[in-house]
Amino acid sequence: MSDLSKMKISEARDALKKGDVTSVELTQACLSEIEKAGALNAFVHKSPELAMDMARAADANKDGGDMNGIPLGIKDLFCTKGVPSQAASGILAGFKPEYESTVTSQLFAGGAVMLGKLNMDEFAMGSSNETSVYGNAVNPWKRGNDKAELTPGGSSGGSASAVAADLCLAATGTDTGGSIRQPAAFVGITGIKPTYGRVSRWGIVAFASSLDQAGPMTKDVRDAAIMLRAMSGHDPKDSTSADLAVPDFEAALTGDIRGKVIGIPKEYRMDGMSGEIEKLWADGTAMLKDAGAEIRDITLPHTKYALPAYYVIAPAEASSNLARYDGVRFGHRAKLDAGDGITEMYEKTRAEGFGSEVKRRVMIGTYVLSAGFYDAYYNRARKVRALIKRDFENVFADGIDAILTPATPSAAFGLGEMADADPVQMYLNDVFTVTVNLAGLPGIAVPAGLDRNGLPLGLQLIGRPWEEGDLLNTAYSLERAAQFVAKPNRWW
Amino acid sequence: MSIDIQTARRVAKLARIAVPEADLPELAKEFSAMLGFIEQLNEVDVEGIEPMTSVTRQRLKRRTDVVTDGGQPVEILANAPDAREGFFAVPKVVE
Repeated sequence: MSDLSKMKISEARDALKKGDVTSVELTQACLSEIEKAGALNAFVHKSPELAMDMARAADANKDGGDMNGIPLGIKDLFCTKGVPSQAASGILAGFKPEYESTVTSQLFAGGAVMLGKLNMDEFAMGSSNETSVYGNAVNPWKRGNDKAELTPGGSSGGSASAVAADLCLAATGTDTGGSIRQPAAFVGITGIKPTYGRVSRWGIVAFASSLDQAGPMTKDVRDAAIMLRAMSGHDPKDSTSADLAVPDFEAALTGDIRGKVIGIPKEYRMDGMSGEIEKLWADGTAMLKDAGAEIRDITLPHTKYALPAYYVIAPAEASSNLARYDGVRFGHRAKLDAGDGITEMYEKTRAEGFGSEVKRRVMIGTYVLSAGFYDAYYNRARKVRALIKRDFENVFADGIDAILTPATPSAAFGLGEMADADPVQMYLNDVFTVTVNLAGLPGIAVPAGLDRNGLPLGLQLIGRPWEEGDLLNTAYSLERAAQFVAKPNRWW
Repeated sequence: MSIDIQTARRVAKLARIAVPEADLPELAKEFSAMLGFIEQLNEVDVEGIEPMTSVTRQRLKRRTDVVTDGGQPVEILANAPDAREGFFAVPKVVE
């Protein structure tokens, strides 16, 4: 029965507990869907045998928790023991970790099943999954009857495509500037980036360490609450992970948001914003108001500077993090010519192994950190980042509980459509999401409507630090009001 | 600020990425476009603002300075492109 892969985590959990379904059945259903969905290029390393072993173990465990027996897709950025983990980069070709990331360890200890690894932009640098060494992941949605293939967004494009196409029950993602929320919005699913420090980064291939956070990408808000709890928690192996108790996020989902104060930031009303996005935002605002929330106009004055600050800080951190790819300890090493020394080995290995977007960002990062420019670029960007964070602290101090914005400036665009655009045009995809990473806040994308071509559009809610429960509850209220039930027509 | 070919060559060298001479003009153009975008930051008044060092109010945790891991040379070397006799092997570094 192929409908099993369409289940939500909450439904499967309840059915597993009642004995109505087994993890083996769920896992087989997903594996069969994955086999038929090659055209989406979402799963790039499949692990069916491991999945069946994990499913059988889950079925044998009668006291499993919420995630016991749930088949998941894992973004290729997570190191998974014995299973290729290459961050969609040629430089990690053949890399099989000898260890397991903390997030996947926790999920698997809770009985979750790994179906395989998911496509993404190389080193999570991209907004369309077009920088992947595996080729593009494809969005299951199309513009009406138009045949053109669309991007599932990025960088967690494979995760988004796989969840939207029901190849798995849910997936892990990571978000450095919007890489969970933008793809979630592009395919009509839910994705939450938690507060910086909520989820351990240990064993996740690093892009920009002060911005990276992992989170769940799921079919609804309840599933996001369930899976986020399973991924969260203090980890001594990540010195930035917070030593805070993890609440039962699902228990926070009452749907009651009466008296909550929702901020609408005027700076997010950008020049040239499409009428559809504007209407979606206004509709979402009305829904929260109808649910009993107070709506308040707010100002986040440094919003405009978030993207330029991000494109100093993220490349700077990337240039440092990616220095480890030198052809010595793991991954690709270039073939050397006679007389080549160690410097040529580094230079040729990195030239061959990295794709063009990664090279561009590593070199920009190298430049902004180089002697003579460190103050002018890097330090200035860190000061602007402090101001962006202060903007949020000010509105939260004024009593705002959550902030509502569009998730993306448009619906999903066509693969290849941005090929001739300036890189900066691609970066604008993250204009609404990147502030949240710079300020370390939790943010969630919730599907809220369809555009004129029938493509999903998402809204973003931004919450106070460490209050993911409250944020998820507001998102739950929005989800119930928006009643987004559309699914892509199967063509793959 | 506009980046010249010489600067592009120097940055590629610092980043240890081989860039063919023919590709340097295009690279310099891309850098210039990026820096043009970044330079919007000069409009912001940052007088008296400390550069952010940590996004959450948390000091980096410290632990006792003891060995917590190790003794697994096989695992450490398992993914090396070239490992010999328990070591990573690289081209000759010193004459």
